[in-house]
Amino acid sequence: MTVLGQLALWLALLLGVWGAVVGYLGGRRGDLALIQSARRTSYALAGILTVAVVALLTALVKNDFNVAYVASYSSRNLPLAYKLSALYGGQSGSLLFWAFVLSLFAAAAQWLTARRYAYLLPYAAAVTSVVTAFFVAVALFAANPFERLDFIPMDGRGLNPQLQNPGMVIHPPMLYLGYISITIPFAFAVAALFTRRLDVGWLHAIRKWTLLSWVFLSVGITLGMWWAYVELGWGGYWAWDPVENASFLPWLTMTAFLHSVMIQEKRGMLKRWNVILVGVSFALSIFGTFITRSGIISSVHSFTQSSVGYFFLAFLISGGLFMAWLTWSRWELLQTEARLESAVSREASFFFNNLLLVGMAFSVLWGTMFPIISELVRGTQVTVGPPFFNQVNIPIGLALLALTGIGPLIAWRRASPQNLQRHFLVPVALAALVALGLVAIRLSDFYAGVALTLAAFVTGTIVQEFVRGTGARHRLHGENYALAFARLVGRNRRRYGGYIVHLGIVTYFVAFTGQAFNQNLEASLKPGESVTMRSAYGDEYTFTHVGVSQYEALNRFVSAASVDVARNGQRVGVLTSEKRQHVDSFGRPSFEPSTEAAIRSTLREDLYVIYAGAVNGTEEAVYRFTINPLVAWVWIGGAILVFGGMITLWPGGGPSERSIQRGMEGYQAKLPAAGVGV
Amino acid sequence: MTAPIGRRAFLWSAVGLAPVAVVGAAQDTSVAPLWQPGAVGRPRGAITNYENDPFIIDVERRLRCTCGCNLDIYTCRTTDFTCTYSPQLHREVIGLVEQDKSGEEILAAFVAKYGETALMAPPKQGFNWAGYLLPGIAITIVGVILAWVLLRRARRPATAAAGADVAGLSAEEQARLGAALDRLES
Repeated sequence: MTVLGQLALWLALLLGVWGAVVGYLGGRRGDLALIQSARRTSYALAGILTVAVVALLTALVKNDFNVAYVASYSSRNLPLAYKLSALYGGQSGSLLFWAFVLSLFAAAAQWLTARRYAYLLPYAAAVTSVVTAFFVAVALFAANPFERLDFIPMDGRGLNPQLQNPGMVIHPPMLYLGYISITIPFAFAVAALFTRRLDVGWLHAIRKWTLLSWVFLSVGITLGMWWAYVELGWGGYWAWDPVENASFLPWLTMTAFLHSVMIQEKRGMLKRWNVILVGVSFALSIFGTFITRSGIISSVHSFTQSSVGYFFLAFLISGGLFMAWLTWSRWELLQTEARLESAVSREASFFFNNLLLVGMAFSVLWGTMFPIISELVRGTQVTVGPPFFNQVNIPIGLALLALTGIGPLIAWRRASPQNLQRHFLVPVALAALVALGLVAIRLSDFYAGVALTLAAFVTGTIVQEFVRGTGARHRLHGENYALAFARLVGRNRRRYGGYIVHLGIVTYFVAFTGQAFNQNLEASLKPGESVTMRSAYGDEYTFTHVGVSQYEALNRFVSAASVDVARNGQRVGVLTSEKRQHVDSFGRPSFEPSTEAAIRSTLREDLYVIYAGAVNGTEEAVYRFTINPLVAWVWIGGAILVFGGMITLWPGGGPSERSIQRGMEGYQAKLPAAGVGV
Repeated sequence: MTAPIGRRAFLWSAVGLAPVAVVGAAQDTSVAPLWQPGAVGRPRGAITNYENDPFIIDVERRLRCTCGCNLDIYTCRTTDFTCTYSPQLHREVIGLVEQDKSGEEILAAFVAKYGETALMAPPKQGFNWAGYLLPGIAITIVGVILAWVLLRRARRPATAAAGADVAGLSAEEQARLGAALDRLES
């Protein structure tokens, strides 16, 4: 099978090059045969890369340890789900997975894109073929997943224990799907630039793709936080690690793009900015891959350092230069079609929203790269950790949260003072009430107080929008409130789905404030001994050490330490944290012992217990106890955000044929009777 | 029948068993030994007051573990139980605390020994200010320019609208134009 996989990779490389050439020439000459060939090449690439992926999966499932990749990332006693997830658990397998998913997306884009945008498809096929060929080339020449060993090991090394977690089965593919699907909007942007048809057509063609990519990135990042929380054992979910930052960067720019697109669709403005944002988002997705794989910046998430970083650097630079040239050469065609009428308008608020989102992306990128910049400038290495990122980014994040509420309240084109007063009164009053309440309870953390006040303001704006919209439908159409609400959302999916996404963001911020109030305690306890802790809410928790049990499981030896937990004297239950010594099929230790946290999650707070080790090899256990307020709301926020994203994505909620036609014609409203064009 | 033990043999037995007895006495017999002590990672000592001292935790949160994990000493020593660096660094912190050093003095001692990279965030001096301030300054400058441009454009007369010539419209025509634009937005 691996020979077949190897052959499939070479064929994919040839097909990628072919698709790029015929796509470009077909688009340029309008030659139908070449255009058809480019489209079919996209399908063929998906097919041939499926063969390569099936070949590697077969080697993993069949324990073909002669394949170096299988020997490095799998073992005989690895559960099947993790054998399959080993496909993207290592460097070369993940490169193949990337190329495979991209080829599927490219084929789907060719298949699903409406015929009215057919003029964009050959160039889009050329771009996706180039990117796919690049990943295949890196896999072939720098990290080949089908490389064979000179011998056949009796067993493989197995998958890193930290990757043996259900979250890790889903999190990387989701993040990859997010990263990879950015290529499709990018490909259509390049196609629009090539064809010089820079109306809103390309934006409508990629609308679903942009949302899909953003939703995948959001899910991937949230699942990554969940994995870090339950698996890494430090009691937190975000550490501003370079690889975490690399996933956050394209999310920020894609979020900016999702907002600025609306301005181009509504007013024909920001055309240049939108092209630049798509290009930057794509570049950041490649940059993230470069960081993870080059070893340029140390991270717990990084793959082993290898030469693939040079490939990515070269691709990043050449792709950036090409995009810059292409955009510059079409600069005049990207002129705005409308004029801003007032500085107090929805458009203006979106400008500032974009400024803050891109500014935050710059800030995160700047912090991530600062150790390298410092070494270049001063010759001194520095560490840029959470204290730095929190200091720089929390104020920007809070400003963004404020704009999340302000933007939707301001009318398009021009907001009158009456309009502002009518829309702001209730949310501002609600925020003021919450602020007073926080002062009354003497909330100690300033940023947490500001975040909660702003969260109340934004929630007020969202609820107000839903209430007013539902009320209007009830009055106009005589619908009962439930039906009016359902139809309000169903017929304005983009708008109200967006508000639900905003609610998800608010929920995140509320959850993040909990980090300011977490409590930690280390204790060594003999069986029967107890320790007490007080939570941020004033509850007293008692942890009583029950004992340590040891037993063998499928691919590991487990030492499980249990504590009995009581809150304010009332028994809550038993929490068991584990030390796992993973072993191969011959019982030999394969990795260092890993730790599994015991977590009891409620809407108020999480109890997070870690078995740190045994005192002198006895049942006396060392624990770390953490009480984390509001953590569950991070996952709830993620679910709300994805739910909102799904509403906006749901078929049928897009722009009407009339508005598409209008956008593609340009922003000229006709006054027939007067014969005046505006 | 067992031969009675002689006085000399008894003495030698007592001497031979003495180390075992000393070790046995040192161990806390109230806690049962684990079946596989080696499977729970690095042997741990009992927790002392130093481990939960807020001052020490605060200092350790500002110092980076040198094992390459990107975590601070406190988080690493209470998370990565295979790390041998963070317990050692923790002992160094305790040693400095026992010498009555202040937090800043401990940080300075670590910087002197391990370099600036020992700190979780660059000290606010010299070029490092660029790290802290550049994003904020950049956003502020661009924001001010953006606000200025928006205000300027918004004040410009309507004749500047791209592709449009609405100069000389009567009040009625302008009202109809406004109504048409409103329909366009809806």
